Amino acid sequence: MSVSGLRQKPAVLRAPAGVAQAAPSPGARRHDGWRRALSVLALIGLWALISWIAGDPRRAPGPAEVLPALWQGLAGGRMLADLGATLARVGAAFALAMAAGAALGIALGLAPRADRWFDPWLTVALNIPALVTIVLCYLWIGLTETAAVVAVALNKIPMVAVMLREGVRVLDPGLADLAAVHRMGAAARLRHIVLPQLVPHLLSAARAGLALIWKIVLVVEFLGRSNGIGFRIHMNFQMFDIAGVIANALAFVAVMLAVEWLVLAPLAARANRWRQT
Amino acid sequence: MIALDLLAKAHGAVPVLGALSLQVAPGEVLGISGASGAGKTTLLRILAGLDSRFDGQISLPARRAIVFQSPTLMPWRSALDNVAIPTSCTPAEARAMLARVGLQGLEDRFPGQLSLGQARRVAIARAFVGRPEALILDEPFASLDAERIDDLIALTAALITETGAAVVLASHSAHELATLAHRQLRLEGRPARLVQP
Repeated sequence: MSVSGLRQKPAVLRAPAGVAQAAPSPGARRHDGWRRALSVLALIGLWALISWIAGDPRRAPGPAEVLPALWQGLAGGRMLADLGATLARVGAAFALAMAAGAALGIALGLAPRADRWFDPWLTVALNIPALVTIVLCYLWIGLTETAAVVAVALNKIPMVAVMLREGVRVLDPGLADLAAVHRMGAAARLRHIVLPQLVPHLLSAARAGLALIWKIVLVVEFLGRSNGIGFRIHMNFQMFDIAGVIANALAFVAVMLAVEWLVLAPLAARANRWRQT
Repeated sequence: MIALDLLAKAHGAVPVLGALSLQVAPGEVLGISGASGAGKTTLLRILAGLDSRFDGQISLPARRAIVFQSPTLMPWRSALDNVAIPTSCTPAEARAMLARVGLQGLEDRFPGQLSLGQARRVAIARAFVGRPEALILDEPFASLDAERIDDLIALTAALITETGAAVVLASHSAHELATLAHRQLRLEGRPARLVQP
């Protein structure tokens, strides 16, 4: 048990680190939405301008070449199947990485002695290139779905573990003392005291993890799968189809943005609603 | 009844508390003063049952509560939940105790929506709602202005009388100690011992 609970200086209602700011007003949100839409349009305009200046639609395709390729892929159904395959791999690897990484990070955060032993292992794992893990998994396990998911998850687990370990390290010792004095059970402590303090760290790990995982999944598919966006980009690469590469990449970026806006952002808003004061 | 017969307490190789003993009867308030770093916090942690690594014996009742220097509320929970969840009391009991400390109508507010004085009242409601047999008060009125301190002292005194808790109050304030405590001791020396002030 920490000795610092009774040593806190007065008058500060402390909140866990790594959290979102209070929500902006509806007017500010609307304004921000317009600004974002204009920014995206400006980016597309810049892309079209560069493509026009380059004057070679095959090497530097602009929106006029990529958008039809995107529509063709979606309308034909092939791109939807690839998106589904990639999304399934992202989901499986994400779930595995979050579960294993969070368990490892919380365990190391709660056991400083074990952390001192295993911290160098984490540092090594964080610095192993994703490509090495992918190649090794394919060599050891074979060109299978399991190898693909495990390779992606192994790349992400150390990052989740480090983020959750830091979250455990900054848990409020005063609240731990409070729970001890009132003899709260382990389940109640976890639910009411520990997890709410770790939510910002879990959300940060989830957001950073999702952004990293889908990029690694494309490499995994590029190297050793026969479907998915990464595999399709491999095909485009062999056919020197640059418009196809960009169209496939744009399709999956759109899917991941939808996951961020429709799943993660509402979850974060719900978890942080007590801060909206 | 709180009874402590302490032989020694050290932080690592550094002795903090020397031999001391104290007893606090139900309904009695023992005030403890001492300079910063004298060992008050160490002694209070032992009396709260938070630190069992010492030489000696302690007898504590089952129902214990503590009021920290800071309100120590769960910022993600309402005032009502902050009283009900740690103590496992019913929402109705929590609501009644919040009303008793003057927070009727503020039960659904998060701690960030409360003033410091209101947050301290929530902490006091949480401490008393379980009718504790032992209560540790560690600078419970710190950082409040004089008028609010007197209000809270009067409220705390009334609740101690109602619950009959054995109370140990640590404070730097002679006014708080003189108003609330039935008797006082002072921590002095290194390692610290309890002496008459």
